[in-house]
Amino acid sequence: MPLTTGQAVAAIAVMAAVTFLTRALPFLLFDRGGTPPKVVLYLGRVLPPAIIAMLIVYCLRNTTFGFDGTLASCAGWLPQLLAAAAVVLLHLWKRNNLLSIFGGTALYMVLVQAVFG
Amino acid sequence: MYLRAFRAAFPATVPVLMGYLAIGMAFGLMLEAIGYNFIWAFFMSLTIYAGSGQYLGVELLDTGAALGSVAVMTFILNFRHLVYGLSMLEKFKGMGPRKLYMIFSLTDETYALLSSARVPERVDPHAYYFAIALLDQSYWILGSVLGSVAGALIGFDTTGIDFAMTALFLVIAVDQWQTYRSHLPVLLGSGVTVVSLALLGPDAMLIPALCVIVVSLLLLRTRLDARAEAQTEKEAV
Repeated sequence: MPLTTGQAVAAIAVMAAVTFLTRALPFLLFDRGGTPPKVVLYLGRVLPPAIIAMLIVYCLRNTTFGFDGTLASCAGWLPQLLAAAAVVLLHLWKRNNLLSIFGGTALYMVLVQAVFG
Repeated sequence: MYLRAFRAAFPATVPVLMGYLAIGMAFGLMLEAIGYNFIWAFFMSLTIYAGSGQYLGVELLDTGAALGSVAVMTFILNFRHLVYGLSMLEKFKGMGPRKLYMIFSLTDETYALLSSARVPERVDPHAYYFAIALLDQSYWILGSVLGSVAGALIGFDTTGIDFAMTALFLVIAVDQWQTYRSHLPVLLGSGVTVVSLALLGPDAMLIPALCVIVVSLLLLRTRLDARAEAQTEKEAV
């Protein structure tokens, strides 16, 4: 612990303040009366799907690709692929958020712990 | 009014409950390992409330970073939140004092839930949004404190439970795929991020990808706006 208690509290306060600032800035800039510029509304409409796609890739960023004929060589990518496919298929089939998420996650946990673990 | 809103919001937040307990516990464990106990975990999760931000915070505390670099690193890491706010301007309108908390608590996961929220009938939308935000943060605090106090003692193997977060985003993407007429934003978002990951690696990918996505969408505005208008006309007929 290189920091004193006071320094650590100060560092945490700075992190909290800056994090809040990044979240509050759009509201400070565009929320004061009237409507925000059209370009902002446009971004508000087209950005969410692009950002969800970005976050999916980000969640899977530690995937590693490899294959030499053995099952073990697929451990870095096959569990993710199978579980992601399960989530999408379950959701297209039943349209039940919880079922899709639980089903995919349970499959992933079994795969990484018991099959590829 | 709030009891009904919390009851309605809880099922929607269960995926975040699983994800936040897992990721929050990992945070608590890491923080404990560098010599900061559950009281620190509680206050960090209460006042900062940012997943990747707090992971970085562990590193910054451990290396004794100067306050200036703490500020810059946190800003860069949380840059994407600037964008989240833009799509919540309308949703948070008229929420009064609760709005301050909604802005404070706009994490990736809460943003994802709010942007896809279908408010049940006879539930006040604002109370519903507020309930989602408050439940999500309580899971995060609970997870980080649990991880810090007892994470090492838990008997069953939770390896892989963090896939719940990926699954949540996938479900939202499937819903959006079927709602939005143009699939260009989704394809652009995933394509750009994959390229960014390949070029810059897992630690530096996010902010460049975000910048390229925003700029590309701005350049495609004429095209995407025209399609949106065509869609509106079609629906009107």
